[in-house]
Amino acid sequence: MRAGDRGEARSTWPRHLLGLADLGPDAIEQILETADAMRQVFDRPVKKFPTLRGRVVVNLFYEPSTRTRTSFELAAKALSADVVNVAVAQSSVVKGESLVDTARTYQALGTDYLVVRHASAGVPHLLARTVQVRVLNAGDGAHEHPTQGLLDLYTIRRRKGRISGLNVLIVGDVLHSRVARSDIWGLRKLGAHVAVAGPSTLMPVGLETLGVRRFDRLDEALEWAEVINVLRIQRERMQRGYLPSLREYRLRWGLTDERLRRLPEDVLIMHPGPANVGVEIDEAVLVDGRSAVAEQVTNGVAVRMAVLYLMAGREGEAG
Amino acid sequence: MRAKAEIMDAQEMRRALSRMAHEILEQNPDPGSLAFIGVHRRGVPLAGRLAQQVAAIEGRPAPPVGALDITLYRDDLTAVGPLPVVRRTEIDFDVSGRSLVLVDDVLYTGRTVRAALDAIIDLGRPARIQLAVLVDRGHRELPIRADFVGKVVPTARREHVEVRLTEVDGEDRVVILERIEGEGGRP
Repeated sequence: MRAGDRGEARSTWPRHLLGLADLGPDAIEQILETADAMRQVFDRPVKKFPTLRGRVVVNLFYEPSTRTRTSFELAAKALSADVVNVAVAQSSVVKGESLVDTARTYQALGTDYLVVRHASAGVPHLLARTVQVRVLNAGDGAHEHPTQGLLDLYTIRRRKGRISGLNVLIVGDVLHSRVARSDIWGLRKLGAHVAVAGPSTLMPVGLETLGVRRFDRLDEALEWAEVINVLRIQRERMQRGYLPSLREYRLRWGLTDERLRRLPEDVLIMHPGPANVGVEIDEAVLVDGRSAVAEQVTNGVAVRMAVLYLMAGREGEAG
Repeated sequence: MRAKAEIMDAQEMRRALSRMAHEILEQNPDPGSLAFIGVHRRGVPLAGRLAQQVAAIEGRPAPPVGALDITLYRDDLTAVGPLPVVRRTEIDFDVSGRSLVLVDDVLYTGRTVRAALDAIIDLGRPARIQLAVLVDRGHRELPIRADFVGKVVPTARREHVEVRLTEVDGEDRVVILERIEGEGGRP
């Protein structure tokens, strides 16, 4: 074996990470396997690899998100990249600079990766077509949140040992959830059975085209599920008439302490956070041994490290 | 690529590893502080074999063996081409204060060893790190030399040294492959 060539190499990798809808099962598997190696960094005395030394990662967040931004920042720093955080309120966007101009400016400043969060679906796709910088979607409108989807997949695989054949239930506001979409695409590609449960006002039309089952009663769904991913309910949904009251939501769709007691010992409970405690999920559920909520946060850094690493090669390739 | 010559068969490989194990013990009077770290992939089974040989000679339990992945420490990330698969580093013992023997199959440019040294030093502070390789084929690009060598094989750059091990490839042998005229790319 030639020195410097350690084992097999990956063959193809997309230049950008825009969503799990356009990622093949092999690519997803490769991210999860690489994340497994990356996770080791947390157990080491030196919590850094020199892999992305000299690379620049810009976190361009048009929507506030401390958790996702911090997770991307820690992932990039663990790979020794330099990180710049741009909060839009302080940027030239308020002076009228367009999205594309902003991206071009960061490209001209020598950015290697642009991590973009935006309230409108498709913004990362637009930037990926416009600039040469690698673009990572950190959440676009109600469309996708691919790294959250990947960390959910990774957490399930770590806890349950597999994804294929598992019954995974997504509970809550599927209509507005970018996490739910990324989860559904990713889980289906890796062979899981996916179902959703939640108020009919918060269910998108055409769900069945994604190969997803729908439950009208949470208790029936919980009997079916081996993994439960509880989505956050945004309080403004109530004002907009999607929900009669948070109290009623909790009674019908909340993963309460009482429902937790009826769940089997080996069920896995997840939540993308931050949780509305006492609405979609109870405190007792969050701290239960069956919940992986804290682990999801740790896994998020490992998955984002894996993605940044896998996107690092193939310098000079266009498009 | 075509096979140009066999430079080691199974018996020669066994003899070379046995000799290296004796040399390692000569250089390390306190076998209790020894530990072996193999570089993925073929360095790992070689490290295991050396540890077993050391144990057999000394009549004591085998020193610990770890597996090291150096992918994240490589300095050629910017090169055009596919990235290698990242494997797990599995070192279940504290490297601090130990006499480590880093094991790889082929020593060539020295860049893998440089990366491995960086990776080990991030895990702790060993008392000493020595290098054992089955084949030293020359063409160093960094000031690195091995402490224990199975066989020195002068090669041309267009040639490729292939170490085949039972644990990975189903057989023990080392061959030199040569690129056929007109064949492009890396081997």
